Amino acid sequence: MAHKRREMLIDPLVDNNPITLQVLGICSALAVTSSLQVAFVMSIAVTFVTAFSSMFISMIRNQIPGSIRIIVQMVVIASLVILVDQMLKAFAFEISKTLSVFVGLIITNCIVMGRAEAFAMKNSPVDSFIDGVGNGLGYGLILMLVGVIRELFGSGSLFGITILETVNNGGWYVPNGLLLLPPSAFFIIGLIIWAFRAWKTEQVEEREYKIQTVEAH
Amino acid sequence: MEGLLSLAVKAIFVENLALSFFLGMCTFIAVSKKISTAIGLGISVMVVQSITVPANNLILTYLLAPGALAWAGFPDVDLTFLGLISYIGVIAALVQILEMVLDKYFPPLYNALGVFLPLITVNCAILGGSLFMVERGYNFAEATTYGVSSGFGWALAITAMAGVREKLKYSDIPDGLQGLGITFITAGLMAMAFMSFSGVKL
Repeated sequence: MAHKRREMLIDPLVDNNPITLQVLGICSALAVTSSLQVAFVMSIAVTFVTAFSSMFISMIRNQIPGSIRIIVQMVVIASLVILVDQMLKAFAFEISKTLSVFVGLIITNCIVMGRAEAFAMKNSPVDSFIDGVGNGLGYGLILMLVGVIRELFGSGSLFGITILETVNNGGWYVPNGLLLLPPSAFFIIGLIIWAFRAWKTEQVEEREYKIQTVEAH
Repeated sequence: MEGLLSLAVKAIFVENLALSFFLGMCTFIAVSKKISTAIGLGISVMVVQSITVPANNLILTYLLAPGALAWAGFPDVDLTFLGLISYIGVIAALVQILEMVLDKYFPPLYNALGVFLPLITVNCAILGGSLFMVERGYNFAEATTYGVSSGFGWALAITAMAGVREKLKYSDIPDGLQGLGITFITAGLMAMAFMSFSGVKL
């Protein structure tokens, strides 16, 4: 049992990553990664919401009528997100300003709904909690990875601490401005997916059309 | 009037919900394999967006904003913290009502859009539109314009994406990039193209 639970925690990190394989929750993954600090706060917030919403939904799963389960899940998730939002406003106001609407958008983050619907409705509260933490961490892993690349090469720092001295401040590094702009997030995630699939080849998608080689006459 | 027009152009091109704020990405990637389905989903998003943004604007102004309940005798009440749960409730309810109305009075339209409607409740572009409306403090006219045009912008983006992907499936892509990977990179290139609109001043 303990072994199975550890697997549930580790599996979503690489083998079944919510972003690169299940294509869930990419909306916010791209928008909040231009600095590492914001990405870090966002990962914690999503992990918190996913873990607790899965746990609560799993606790009441036998009482929810099937026809209104989506609304019930939505209310549980929305209440948790309001909690996170108010906490951020109280203790980290600057960050909550930068995150702007994206904290609210955790409600519609497909990871949270997806785990509630696919896992928490069928499993015990403890298992659901662990599954939620695992998926939140898998999401966080990609977020941090993109955040490191974008902040390090886009503004030469990590967590706001200068690593590569930029030319403007008398250093040698010419920052790549493109990495701070939205499109770069798409490229980085695309390349991360490529890297993951080159490593775990069983994740590669089937081709719709095969290219045939024709022998020359 | 001029202000509204420039707001509309800005919402469609410069601040495109899909390509510069990454909203509705899950459906954007998942449902953009064929042009016909992409158009169907795009139109549904536009319709729902044009209804929910003004509706949420009314709820904010008359129920939630600080002092909004003065008409009911509670001038000191500030319910803005209930915003998130009310907006998502309104969206879920309106989508449900829209589905029933279409089913009853416009069956052909229901058959065309029906499958997409449940998807829309959890589409971040819809909730995102309402949240941006709140954050930027739009009034009712601005909220209506913003709702229609941001929905149109999203529809435009997903249709264009589907067009590219229909051609893309014939090309020889490295194994690891197949499917999801190349879709992301295509979306990145499209986002760069859309960024060139940011120079347009109205």
